[in-house]
Amino acid sequence: MQAIIEIGYLLATLSFLGGLKFMSSPKNAKTGNLIAASGMTLAVVITFISAVTETVPYTNLIILFLAIAVGTVVGKRLSDKVEMTGMPQLVSLFNATGGGCAMLLGLVEANQMDAATAILGNKILLISGLITGAVALTGSIIAERKLAGKVKDRRTKLVIFSARFLLLLMFLLPVLYFIGFIPVEFTVFMYILAVIAMVYGVLFVLPIGGADMPVVISLLNSITGIATAFAGFVYGNKVMIAGGIFVGAAGILLTLLMCKAMNRSLMKVLAGTFKKSKGGAAEEEQEFKDISVSETALALSFAQRVAIVPGYGLAVAQAQHTCGQLQQMLEKRNCEVDYIIHPVAGRMPGHMNVLLAEANVEYSRLKEMDEGNENMSQYDMVLVIGANDVVNPAAENNPDSPVYGMPIIRAHESKQVVVMKRSMGKGYAGVQNDLFGLDNCSILFGDAKVSLQEIINQLKLI
Amino acid sequence: MDFINQHIQEIYFVIFCVFIGIEVISNVPAILHTPLMSGANAISGVILVGAIIVMLNVPEDDYLNLTLGGIAVFLGTLNISGGFFVTGRMLKMFSPKKENNK
Repeated sequence: MQAIIEIGYLLATLSFLGGLKFMSSPKNAKTGNLIAASGMTLAVVITFISAVTETVPYTNLIILFLAIAVGTVVGKRLSDKVEMTGMPQLVSLFNATGGGCAMLLGLVEANQMDAATAILGNKILLISGLITGAVALTGSIIAERKLAGKVKDRRTKLVIFSARFLLLLMFLLPVLYFIGFIPVEFTVFMYILAVIAMVYGVLFVLPIGGADMPVVISLLNSITGIATAFAGFVYGNKVMIAGGIFVGAAGILLTLLMCKAMNRSLMKVLAGTFKKSKGGAAEEEQEFKDISVSETALALSFAQRVAIVPGYGLAVAQAQHTCGQLQQMLEKRNCEVDYIIHPVAGRMPGHMNVLLAEANVEYSRLKEMDEGNENMSQYDMVLVIGANDVVNPAAENNPDSPVYGMPIIRAHESKQVVVMKRSMGKGYAGVQNDLFGLDNCSILFGDAKVSLQEIINQLKLI
Repeated sequence: MDFINQHIQEIYFVIFCVFIGIEVISNVPAILHTPLMSGANAISGVILVGAIIVMLNVPEDDYLNLTLGGIAVFLGTLNISGGFFVTGRMLKMFSPKKENNK
């Protein structure tokens, strides 16, 4: 029997690894997801079989099955209902549930165990799992609220100071407790830590800018993974350790990747600060040309190769479907259309790809930044939709600019650039975009979705 | 020290997992980062395993822990089912086009 259980766990661990491995190509990714999900089911069933005995009371079983049933149904409902643009919020929310589970687990386990005989190592693990879980829980909820636009950034000194103070407390209190300075029961102490960690989770995410949420979600995701691994250690359960560590590694890797794509260090993102631009010289009025819908449509009708640079604004305007229509229309006119996607476009890494996939854009049309840049001079026209900082040439040639050093899509090297913008407002980085002043660049004002629809209507006439 | 003696296997295991995890994940292209994140998120729901073990060991009349444990199981399941379903939905959008390509 023991052997069957061990083999079951081994298979589950392998399935997680295989599932993640299969994620490396769009063709196999679906299979990968299925493999990982089956592995997860196997792990749950095996655990139940191995831990259940005849002495387990019916009440426990009923609650257990009820919780599993309701959880499955609610999860399915939520994931069926969500809009693709709301994906990052949902992922963040699910991450919160994982963190919450880890936190509660720590509390219940602390209530259960005999505090007098338990070894120090296990207590430390429980505390670590509890703290990481609680931070992931509240942090993810705040991140979700911010993505939904319900919570604003709060970057006051008080918030930052309290966050640091609580972080210090979370390290200091356990040390003091184990030395014997805090004469409370272990369970009570755990509740205190849970509250501190939950408050810290809120304060940790509050000062971080809304556009940096992808980085934060990825980081919190990895924290949940680490919490899982801690819990796995407590039970000596290898599936939990492996699953947790894989998730932790994935989260950290993606976090660093995104930071690199924005040319900002993780510390700066977390502090919510931007490099200040030197002097106010860059504030002078910028000259730019605007272009009408019909002119844009006319230019597009002559173009042989068009590139579309989609950004955050495209997702906000929900214009991905209209964008897909425009692409199909241009393709009927024998015009080649590519999408060039900056690594941080959208609200999550790769989010833009999902949105475009939803709008039936073939993934062979989606070019990564480097590939797009290499062929940039061959494009007759580049449509920048709802992106700003990622096409700012100042990132390459103006060392004083706050965005200097960030890898960009070199739209300015193409023959003609049309930027669709709502207004002359600045991008997230709050810097002037040198692209707008260039001769080959013109700006089409208006809501991205409306403008695209009008362009399509005009093209039908031409 | 006892702790390390008891858990030395697990410690080795963690170290290997870190390296294998990074190796596997670094091959995933940017196109699939969102599904990857959401899939990884679902995998972190394996914490449910711990919640189940706890639930099976709580005494019947310990209502506080039964409630907390029940919520933990619910949250863990929600993480898993939601995570995998949503990842599946995203990936479905990538798949019809591969047939066109062939």
